[in-house]
Amino acid sequence: MTAPIETTGAAAEAQPEAVLKGVPAQRIEGRSLGRIALLRFRRDKVAVAGAIVVILLVVLAAFSRPLQALLGLDPDSPHQDLIDANTTLPKAGFGGMSAAHPLGVDPKFGRDLLARIIEGSWVSLLVAFGATMLSVAIGTVLGVVAGFYRGRVDAFISRMMDVFLAFPLLLFAIAISASLQGGAFGMEGLPLHICVLIFVIGFFNWPYMGRIVRAQTLSLREREFVDAARGMGARGPFILFRELLPNLVGPIIVYSTLLIPSNILFEAALSFLGVGIQPPQASWGGMLNQAVKYYEVDPQYMIVPGLAIFVTVLAFNLLGDGLRDALDPRSR
Amino acid sequence: MTETTETTKTAETSETTKTTKTAETSETTETTGTADDTTQVEPLLRVRGLVRHFPITKGLLKRKVGAVQAVDGIDFDVRPGETLGVVGESGCGKSTTGRLITRLDEPTGGSIEFQGTDITHLSQGKLRPMRRDIQMIFQDPYGSLNPRHTIGAIVSTPFRLQGVEPEGGVKKEVQRLLELVGLSPEHYNRYPHEFSGGQRQRIGIARALALKPKLVVADEPVSALDVSIQAQVVNLMDDLQEELGLTYVIIAHDLSVIRHVSDRIAVMYLGKIVELADRASLYETPMHPYTTALLSAVPVPDPRRRTQRERILLKGDVPSPINPPSGCRFRTRCWKATEECATTEPPLVALRTGHQVACHHPENAPQERPVDAT
Repeated sequence: MTAPIETTGAAAEAQPEAVLKGVPAQRIEGRSLGRIALLRFRRDKVAVAGAIVVILLVVLAAFSRPLQALLGLDPDSPHQDLIDANTTLPKAGFGGMSAAHPLGVDPKFGRDLLARIIEGSWVSLLVAFGATMLSVAIGTVLGVVAGFYRGRVDAFISRMMDVFLAFPLLLFAIAISASLQGGAFGMEGLPLHICVLIFVIGFFNWPYMGRIVRAQTLSLREREFVDAARGMGARGPFILFRELLPNLVGPIIVYSTLLIPSNILFEAALSFLGVGIQPPQASWGGMLNQAVKYYEVDPQYMIVPGLAIFVTVLAFNLLGDGLRDALDPRSR
Repeated sequence: MTETTETTKTAETSETTKTTKTAETSETTETTGTADDTTQVEPLLRVRGLVRHFPITKGLLKRKVGAVQAVDGIDFDVRPGETLGVVGESGCGKSTTGRLITRLDEPTGGSIEFQGTDITHLSQGKLRPMRRDIQMIFQDPYGSLNPRHTIGAIVSTPFRLQGVEPEGGVKKEVQRLLELVGLSPEHYNRYPHEFSGGQRQRIGIARALALKPKLVVADEPVSALDVSIQAQVVNLMDDLQEELGLTYVIIAHDLSVIRHVSDRIAVMYLGKIVELADRASLYETPMHPYTTALLSAVPVPDPRRRTQRERILLKGDVPSPINPPSGCRFRTRCWKATEECATTEPPLVALRTGHQVACHHPENAPQERPVDAT
């Protein structure tokens, strides 16, 4: 892995010179660290593959309903004619695969699995993105404040992080989801479930983000450019937002991309445990939950949502790793 | 005594290699120096009894168990238009002094007066307008520029922070400043990582000069640079001083750099100024034994003369600033130390006009003080 880094570094160094020699008359445009990172990222084939899959997934999730309409799929319409009335299993082999139902149908109801996977994608990604955004928002603000002001503020926030990390999160999630089942905050059904999931996952995951941001801030605030800004009469907020935050964008992007897959898994886990998204709404974790009963006789039903989760998590992780290498080449 | 005459000789010969320009400036300060130490010219910066102790705390309750006495009572004046060089080993409090003058650090005691205004404990809010007149050049050209901002953004930050709208707009002014320090105005949209160390230091200088400050504190401005680039930056600073009428406090550990740029030189040892004199006076007739030892350590670029002179090798390490020696702080390593040195701390007094020294047994003194028998 060392050889490619060196070539990238040399190429990045050589580039400005070449630009200077080639077109001396043109206006010199500086290459920001972000653009250099993009160049570096583009050379990482695996990460680019991850990024493509992630983009496809996001598009799929964003347009899942129009796509279903276009393909003539419906995740909720049962096909009892494809189900064996005695065993409640699909009549056809491989979980009921056919031209009309490429991924098969689920047992008991005979609903199209492809449609349910597509329908479940937006739920999964929405919850994962929402929870990640919540974690990043809380974690960044508290982490930056703790790292920058230090002293008692830091001690208080750091202990708070410890408390949150020590919290029996799963039990709490089960309790809160169960108690809010009936409806709360003027919401019920699916919107309520999604909001509860985003809150539970996001609110208890922020300390990871907070710790990373705090550590970065602690080292950044000792850099001389912070002294320079202070020497010119900069106030705290100016230093925080103009001097420190731009330097934190890299790590924040990287760790939020790595947080998304773990949040997808967490959402799936909660839905699997029956406290997340409730049936009949299709969700990847919920599908796995139902598939457990049939895994010996209809493994297809479990493989499909399992594979969906696997591919999504893998793609996000590859993208995150690639971003980390591109944005922070010293970290490996 | 032979060793001191030898060092004097080497000092004299290397004096001739100096540029005529700096020789001239030293002459002008010589004349101001003769007008006694309490000069008629109102000093730009007056520092009296400046102290900075960093507390050492222990345990959960942050009980104070001691203090690093980084700067422990120093006095000096900086006159308008001159360059004061501050030299000393690492850890002697040079950089802390610089940070105290620019008020990046809070003094423990003493007073700092800038143009007659006491800025020692001025609040950051009240200090803000003063910041325009006191600027700093930093040591590390890689750390002092924010890697996420373009050069244009970095150099225009002082205008934004101080709410100054220069004639013809900020961008024009920034480009003029870049030209002033020998960079192309085209570099406006580039990022710090696209520049070499010397170029970055020039950017730092451009930023420091943006608001036309009166006093510029340069903390080791060239120590992170290659020797060939050092000369460039030092000469640039020299030219700018002449052009803009700047006053410098230059902190460095490199004696040849200090000699090149300074009009007056303060030698620091363990948080104290041990000698403060005009350049010529200090290099030709150093009075403090520590200064003598420092000067003898400067490499001589002539193998024949190298064998002639005697090097004074100091024994031992610099004592801890947490628990400095009693009396004279240099006595643990001084070859002239006596009983008196351990009991009474020598005050910084002028033994000659414009030559202050804190020593009981100064060398090259006009009238040799009686040495007590040991």
